[in-house]
Amino acid sequence: MASEMVLSKRLKNPGGAWFDAYVADGGYAAAKKVLTAMTPAQVIDEINKANLRGLGGAGFPTGKKWSFIPKDSPKPKYLVVNADEGEPGTFKDRYLLERDPHALIEGMLIAAYSIGCHKAYVYIRGEYIEPYRRFVRAIEEARKKGWIGEAVQGKWDWEVTVHRGAGAYICGEETALLSSLEGGKGFPRLKPPFPAISGLFASPTIVNNVETLCCVPPIIRNGAEWFAKIGTPKQGGTRLFSLSGHVEKPGLYEAPVSVTLRQLIEQQGGGVRGGKKLKAVVPGGISAKILTAAEIDVAMDFDSLTAAGTMAGSAGVIVMDESTCMVKALLTAAKFFAHESCGQCSPCREGPGRLYKIIQRVAAGQGRRQDLDVLLAVAGNMEGKTICVFADAAAWPIQSYIRKFRSEFEHHVETGTCELGHAYAHH
Amino acid sequence: MPTLTIDGRQITVPSGTTVLQACDQLGMNVPRYCYHPGLSIAGNCRICLVEIDKFPKLQISCNTPTADGMVVKTQSDKTVKARQDVLEFLLANHPLDCPVCDQAGECELQNYYMDHGLYDSRFEEQKVKKQKAVPLGETVMLDQERCILCSRCVRFTDEISKTSEFGIFDRGDHAEVNLYPGKTLDNKYAGNVVDICPVGALTDRDFRFKARVWYLSSSPSVCPGCARGCSTDIHYVLDRPYLAEGARVMRLKPRYNPDVNQWWMCDEGRYSYKSIDQARLTQPICRQGGETHDFVWELAFAEVVRRLKDAKTRGALSQWGIVPSPQMTNEELFVTKQLAQRWGIACNPAVPVKLGYSDSFLIQADKNPNRRGMETIGFDADKASLIDRALRGELRVLYVFDHDLVDLYGAEKARRLSEQVYLIYQGTNENATSQLAHLVLPSAVYAEKDGTFTNVDGHVQRTFKAFEPLQGARPTLEILFEIAKRMDEPLIYSSAVQVFKALAQAVPAFHGLDYDMIGKTGKRAPA
Repeated sequence: MASEMVLSKRLKNPGGAWFDAYVADGGYAAAKKVLTAMTPAQVIDEINKANLRGLGGAGFPTGKKWSFIPKDSPKPKYLVVNADEGEPGTFKDRYLLERDPHALIEGMLIAAYSIGCHKAYVYIRGEYIEPYRRFVRAIEEARKKGWIGEAVQGKWDWEVTVHRGAGAYICGEETALLSSLEGGKGFPRLKPPFPAISGLFASPTIVNNVETLCCVPPIIRNGAEWFAKIGTPKQGGTRLFSLSGHVEKPGLYEAPVSVTLRQLIEQQGGGVRGGKKLKAVVPGGISAKILTAAEIDVAMDFDSLTAAGTMAGSAGVIVMDESTCMVKALLTAAKFFAHESCGQCSPCREGPGRLYKIIQRVAAGQGRRQDLDVLLAVAGNMEGKTICVFADAAAWPIQSYIRKFRSEFEHHVETGTCELGHAYAHH
Repeated sequence: MPTLTIDGRQITVPSGTTVLQACDQLGMNVPRYCYHPGLSIAGNCRICLVEIDKFPKLQISCNTPTADGMVVKTQSDKTVKARQDVLEFLLANHPLDCPVCDQAGECELQNYYMDHGLYDSRFEEQKVKKQKAVPLGETVMLDQERCILCSRCVRFTDEISKTSEFGIFDRGDHAEVNLYPGKTLDNKYAGNVVDICPVGALTDRDFRFKARVWYLSSSPSVCPGCARGCSTDIHYVLDRPYLAEGARVMRLKPRYNPDVNQWWMCDEGRYSYKSIDQARLTQPICRQGGETHDFVWELAFAEVVRRLKDAKTRGALSQWGIVPSPQMTNEELFVTKQLAQRWGIACNPAVPVKLGYSDSFLIQADKNPNRRGMETIGFDADKASLIDRALRGELRVLYVFDHDLVDLYGAEKARRLSEQVYLIYQGTNENATSQLAHLVLPSAVYAEKDGTFTNVDGHVQRTFKAFEPLQGARPTLEILFEIAKRMDEPLIYSSAVQVFKALAQAVPAFHGLDYDMIGKTGKRAPA
């Protein structure tokens, strides 16, 4: 697939992560340009024109988000980088942190300048030990080379603090992340107020994903038009797709956002493992509604996948072949959500645990006729009724797996066995 | 000032009002667990979801600001179904142990389930097990299985008592409320978490298993424990003597009063109710020549009046002294002062003041409910304390209200005093002074009489008679009326309300006030 590389160009360079190699590849030229020749408004305008969308999964237009920072607020403004990559099936930010940390630092600097921020935080997933070490090393390099600290390019004071998470998936939700960063329990916050008005330490805050910020230097270097042209009319650029599951060549692949799911699986991933038939694909991390083999001719941009009834999410593509038991697959997803609900809102505290228990029974051959309807009802009752979208994310796999593979679930309930021969030893 | 429509009714509210508050103003009972008007908004219970036109999803009414032209539906199918769903979630892991739960009868899970229950359970899984009957401190018991994680207790200790004992630990359906390691729930306001707990998770160790709440009667009152005078409700039982060893009062609850205590009260006040039923003086006592005799009122009155008449005849009333107390109501103080003036008796409340614990929230150092009222009514300018005068041998009879002289002056001085004068003690409970006095007149406690207290801020509040005085005790006003009558100089009034009318005319600080106007939450006299 011939395409422009925006993010992955440097990921394979041995030693390419460090400062000299980054500069040799044109690194920090964008930051220099921004600090010496552009106003914050011009930068935000450029990001808007590039159609850069939030690549953590929500797809909110980045330039628009930056423009929400109130200009007249006497409070400090914060930039917080969401590097709490925890969506199952997703491992893109890990590569960026490990292999191109300066791209993130440069993107952060540009963002900080654009929103008037002098203090940035990077919240890194606790389990990401190596990415943390390498990113911190890059931070030290950048500080030594004058890209972090006082009067960067004679123009901008800023500092960066790197914070490690403690293992909760919910801290990837931006307001839970802020609660956690402040030292509190990782509980998502009621909105409004939105972080841009009252975020970290009750001050205006922009939370951006690692990949989103890594797109910023190339946009400044090559122009908004160049970036916008790579994608669709509403979403510019490329994405890093984390391809996993039953494909010949699982791994991280960059492609324009207009790539289809079929292209990703068949061309990038080398097709389904062992020549088996494709059964289902999760297109955007475990939360996204599952697609059947017949539904993969869909472009991977935010709007196309939403139109297809699922979501682009974190671009974590999980491929399942014909040998996959959907009950077992759902059991795995349900277990995850039962374990990770923060427990704040009643529906999401009690719902996922109950769903998991029911699926456990079904998987163990102790399903009851009414179980599938109870699963759908409970999932439906959680959806859209909570502070954050975790409950929705926990409901979607339940709803989509059962609706699209109902006969398989019914077989489990009625016969107590798996037609694919999977055996379970729960209970 | 947005105008909105709720269930077809229009209402205009101040800007900043939430949808839930607007519903409350219209008297619509939108269910709530986590919302409490005295605490920050948590928005976690989700039971207050309502349908609002132009919003694709249901919105929690507690955190949604009202807007002009908004159309809210609190009874639509979608809204009612959402409540039912939330209740199903809340009860999924709830132990449903209502028959042995102290909260039964005043439990918001029960109350809302009556309206929105699923009734036919479809939950067939194992419930999550958590800790039960965990003592959190002297006064509060925690049952984690009953808890619905509304976080009211957490917010109370963070925002009101500012002691931060509570936290929420673990996640998902294993989330639990507990104390932070090493903490005990022993702050001065701990009992309030029981009041605000909407379910049976936090119960009062003092009240636990004492009475089912549907046996309780309630009467509005004022806590006499300090100069704050928190509004309270007295919860009592009169017809079940087998409960709590025959005690009448089962518990006190703070009553909302925006001008005094908001929704709260301190634990010292909360548990002070025991003195209403315990160690009471229940009949007059006479001590003569080292012997103690139980008296009847007839004899007690005869004794007081005989001595009064005798002194009057001899022109010796100047050898009498009356020591009123800031425990007395404004009405009692007013009548006492009137009688003292009529007979030319020195009436001076000066005694040492024992100050106690205080803070910047509710608790006042002065542990009397009515010092402000006593000062407003005003007593003899003569600074010399009557106790000192008595010790110097200048007095023959001392009539003391409430003050425990032994506590204030020490046993030795009190004993010398009792040798110098004929000591009449009128009080509610047994103490060292009641053991010493020559004549003891048992009076009614605040819960047994009508009257008013003026709190530290000048707020005049009524205490209401909840029930009859215990056994032979009598309200102070009644005792004073009776003495005046037997002196053949009856007073023109025969009830607290009549006294207050006269008081309001006589004392500027009470001008313009009357009982109706004071109501249940009190009033400051118009300036």
